[in-house]
Amino acid sequence: MSVHAPILVIAIPLLGGFAVPILARIHRTVRDLWVVLIACVVAAGVGYVAAQVFSQGIWVYVLGAKTPQETRVSAGFPIRIMLTVDAMSAFMGLIAGILALAAFPFAVRFIPEEEGKTLALALGLLLLAGIAGMAYTGDLFNFFVFLEVTSIAACGLIGFRTWTSRAPEAAFKTMLLYSVSGLLFLLGIAFLYGEYGALNLAYISAQLRGSMVDRIALALFLSGLLMKVAAAPVHFWAPDAYGEAPAAKTLLLVVNTQVSLYGLWRILFTLYGGKLDAGVGWLVISMGLLTMAVAALMAIGQTDLGRLVAYGAVSQIGYMLLGVGVGLVSLTSRADYGLVAMKGGIFHMLNDALTVGLLFLCVGAVEWVKGTRDLRELGGLGHQLPAVALCFLLASLALAGIPPLNGFASKIMIYEGSFRLSPILTALAVLASILLLAVFARAFQGVFLGPRTEITGRIHWVFLFSMGVLAVGIMVLGLVPGFFVEQVVAPAAEALWRGRALYLAAILGG
Amino acid sequence: MTVVVRTIARVLLPLSLVFGGYVVMHGHLTPGGGFQGGAVAASGLAMVVVAFGADRLAKKKGLLSVLESLGGVAFAALGFLGLGLTFFANVLAKTGGLFGNPVPYGPNPGDLNTAGTLPLMNWAVGFKVLAGLGAVVLLFALFGGEHDR
Amino acid sequence: MIGNLPFVVCMILVALGLWTLVVKRNLVKLVIGVGLIESGVNLFLVALGYVQGGIPPIYTYAPADAPMVLPTPQALTLTSIVIGVATTALMLAFAVVIYRHKGTLDARKIRELRG
Repeated sequence: MSVHAPILVIAIPLLGGFAVPILARIHRTVRDLWVVLIACVVAAGVGYVAAQVFSQGIWVYVLGAKTPQETRVSAGFPIRIMLTVDAMSAFMGLIAGILALAAFPFAVRFIPEEEGKTLALALGLLLLAGIAGMAYTGDLFNFFVFLEVTSIAACGLIGFRTWTSRAPEAAFKTMLLYSVSGLLFLLGIAFLYGEYGALNLAYISAQLRGSMVDRIALALFLSGLLMKVAAAPVHFWAPDAYGEAPAAKTLLLVVNTQVSLYGLWRILFTLYGGKLDAGVGWLVISMGLLTMAVAALMAIGQTDLGRLVAYGAVSQIGYMLLGVGVGLVSLTSRADYGLVAMKGGIFHMLNDALTVGLLFLCVGAVEWVKGTRDLRELGGLGHQLPAVALCFLLASLALAGIPPLNGFASKIMIYEGSFRLSPILTALAVLASILLLAVFARAFQGVFLGPRTEITGRIHWVFLFSMGVLAVGIMVLGLVPGFFVEQVVAPAAEALWRGRALYLAAILGG
Repeated sequence: MTVVVRTIARVLLPLSLVFGGYVVMHGHLTPGGGFQGGAVAASGLAMVVVAFGADRLAKKKGLLSVLESLGGVAFAALGFLGLGLTFFANVLAKTGGLFGNPVPYGPNPGDLNTAGTLPLMNWAVGFKVLAGLGAVVLLFALFGGEHDR
Repeated sequence: MIGNLPFVVCMILVALGLWTLVVKRNLVKLVIGVGLIESGVNLFLVALGYVQGGIPPIYTYAPADAPMVLPTPQALTLTSIVIGVATTALMLAFAVVIYRHKGTLDARKIRELRG
């Protein structure tokens, strides 16, 4: 079975998601155990795939062939759908696995039965399948299909609390943005297909000439994916979506955003590689700066804890865009600082998943015991929920990049790299971080400090388990970042930075 | 709705279901397949919803949901069937068993018993689409009625 | 020139769809705008796969050596249509729920989530 691991990671949550409504008719406990089991299997699967890829190089899996390695059928032309897992894909899969491990046990306890728990769990598993598919696929059209799978599942999750008036509005807005972004992406694929007659990413990449059609396609890919990752001018759907989805499922929405970001890197580095103008890199950098600035400023005036954290999450996307954008600008000159900034940006994807995930779980726990997320009504929860308060504090400090937590480890690398390109970039990024620290300090003070207030619910141990998984991750990555950067992040960054030739060779041979 | 509409719906429902089934069945030989056939059959359901009113069908929502899940599970399970070789590998093709005849070469009237797992997948998708689109039409029709939550 | 006509039509459809999204304020019209973009993209895909004088890719009485139109773009288009059905249904469902809460479909009047 182990040779099939990449596809099983996609197929098992898909099968699991379809089976959830049937199992719910048998018994609710069976359904809950099934969902947690699937999440554990997926986490183990992505871990196994990552271990294999980091030790043995790119893993190609051909669907529907006689053997999984049969990449070429006739005349050197790849025709089947392939999964191509390189270090970056494996890294992305790891992030999804860790967050699934935290999100699903939490969701099983958190979402009330009468609020459509079965539907939410099924959609969550479908979203997980889509995320794994986006991370592992080596085929452009397949990527689009999984993109739409995640869009539909994510919007189902955002809007399924139909009895509130805000959730459907957030879901409609998000779905509109997601469908337009998906269609722009599809139009880009159509342009490339018309020019090269293929959909395999490696094959197109090898053929790419950098003509006008390719540039139009790049513009379409960029605009589509930047919409989906909530970069600044079109970030407005993200706070609504993150704020209105049930807290446990927001974790998966965060991973969904990140895997779209991964798609952006894949397009920019592997598909277009050396044929990019430096202007594209500067575009990504300026989008990143704009995103972090706008989101940090917008976070100041929020009165809803969920939306405040959501703006914090959006601002972190800016740091990733900045880090990898610096790498993109220096891609042709191969300057060292570009690689450092890229490692920082990619490391930050993992750190952001952990910290923002933990923050959203804290928001969920607060909502669970108080029934509200309004900052004006909250206060003094630190007396009753010391563990949640500690987790929130830890995650806020990590988000703002305070040493010795993981956010600092990745942000320092982004700062170092961007400083060599232009000190102004670094100054702006540091400013945004300070602003975030102030916002989150105020939020912490407002929610957890002050006189004791009445609470209506009790924290279940499963909540603490989920938070513990992420909190331990934050501390470990913060205290010994060197090991992870060397073993996991560096191969992932190298796979984008220098790995294009290897990626093409894995599919097309020699 | 009037008795004319109801009578015609009664006559056309089996027809659309059979035609949908035909499109699914021939998906691997002629244009068509699971989604198209399922959509044709679902149009029959839509006709029933229009003719007899959604409220009389409101109790069938659970049935449609189960049917949809079963279609999805069947499709994924057929993918798992190929795991001896690779996921989605067509293990039934050219084995002589179910849908296992080799495809005849050149101009021919078509052999239904070919293509291995593909017709089975078409059926799985067909049921899923029939149930899914049926549920969508039913839910839209129920909006504002007495079964509207 | 006449061969490029389908592509021109596609781009007009996409542009009309984007214009609808920017200008219109009715939720159902926004969904129609997305549908227009989708039609444009689908038409573009099908037009890409057309071969002059080609026969359908699935045709049981096909002569052995006749040129076929490309089947891949048709498969892509079909997939895209299926996805389009799902997204349209989902968006319309949300529009219905919004109407039930607010009694209007005007995007300016329903906005609660600001800032």
